[in-house]
Amino acid sequence: MSELLRSYLTVGIFGVAAIAMAGAMLTIARILRPQRPTRQKLIAYESGVDPVGGDWAQSQIRYYVFAVLFVLFDVEAVFIFPWATRLEVYGLFGLVEMAIFIFILVLGLFYAWRKGVLRWV
Amino acid sequence: MSLLALAYWQETGIKLGLALAVIPTTSLVLVYLFLFKMMAFMQSRLGPNDTGPYGSLQLIAEAIKFLQKEDIHPAQADRRVFRMAPVVVLASTFLLYVVLPAGPDAVVENLDTGVFYAMAVSSLSVLGILMAGWASANKYALLGGLRAAGQLIAYELPLILAVMGVVVQAESLNLQRIVEAQATGEIFGFGAIGNPFILTQFLAFLIFMIAAQAELTQTPFDMPVAETELVGGFHIEYTGFRFLLFFMAEFGTAFAFAALASVMFLGGWWIPGFDVDDNILNILGPGVMLGKILLISFFIFWVRFTYPRLREDQLQKFAWKVLIPLALANIVLTGIFKVVF
Repeated sequence: MSELLRSYLTVGIFGVAAIAMAGAMLTIARILRPQRPTRQKLIAYESGVDPVGGDWAQSQIRYYVFAVLFVLFDVEAVFIFPWATRLEVYGLFGLVEMAIFIFILVLGLFYAWRKGVLRWV
Repeated sequence: MSLLALAYWQETGIKLGLALAVIPTTSLVLVYLFLFKMMAFMQSRLGPNDTGPYGSLQLIAEAIKFLQKEDIHPAQADRRVFRMAPVVVLASTFLLYVVLPAGPDAVVENLDTGVFYAMAVSSLSVLGILMAGWASANKYALLGGLRAAGQLIAYELPLILAVMGVVVQAESLNLQRIVEAQATGEIFGFGAIGNPFILTQFLAFLIFMIAAQAELTQTPFDMPVAETELVGGFHIEYTGFRFLLFFMAEFGTAFAFAALASVMFLGGWWIPGFDVDDNILNILGPGVMLGKILLISFFIFWVRFTYPRLREDQLQKFAWKVLIPLALANIVLTGIFKVVF
């Protein structure tokens, strides 16, 4: 196995270990804890008052536009990372290129700002 | 690379055993030191002091208490997702520890993608939190989960963009190389203490710490779990050990973020006067790291115990209109300095 794949194998092992540890903890708890469910206990908690309405409440998704903006800037970050590690090699050329790239994205952010998208209403 | 010639499986086994011992301990240390003791002193209370000397056994008592709690799944809840959520959050914390270095060789896996990997893995917890909020079928939990999602994605951007300044200076994503860059660097020809990036990247450090505070949902940014508004937010329906998993993950992640900050901005495990690959640093390094991590955690919790909560709209405004433009400006400025000097 190559060095690269092997290092990510460790990552995989750690992921499995986390799940195994959580599983072990919950199993120990399962053996030791009491289990006496009643109907009252299983009602959703709403500060002691019986819940109003059905199961899932509806809520306004104000986060939608923020999520779209987030994807935009996250992709930008992915492009900046490789540039950031090699800036010394690219020199002035790389700097100007990235300045233009960031400028266009900042323009987008200001457009969203002026459009009132960033306001929490 | 390693001191002894061990096979991959042996080495990974030892590291895994160490990590399984260290990760829960980190969250216990933070909870005892800061949540129990420091918070009590800062708010003029006694705090737990009956269980053992200075209340040091309180945590064991807490664990036993959680162990006895009945496991309640609300009747309406989506049982499978409800059970998976805390495990996802804990896995995200565990994976963070893979890249954190405590010495030239004292690291689980020295990934070349280092910082990038850490950022990617830490954002996995959003998924677990949304799952918990949605699957609980509870109005408070749903609001908390959505708030958490909105907050974590808004503050992840300044976090990543602030890191970029460090990456430009160190010319690497690898955390060990970032430590080396700080150890061998110099500021205007003065290199006795190297170049801890907190001095040359102070703006990035500030942005990183503020964004980390929000990522950890610590107090000025604790709307997703606000007790007085949402009675606990996304983990409102969790009891016993499932709740404990969320709790452990929260403080484990706080420790990991403090470690990331000390690696990237405070020079990591390096001690001025030593060679970067000196073997003695494998022994002294973890101690130095622990000191720096506790210092940074102290600031995180100091802010937590001191400031009142922001409003949701103020939170989003601050991220998008202040932190992100500042972080972008920091990247460009760092780039200019890098190319010109």
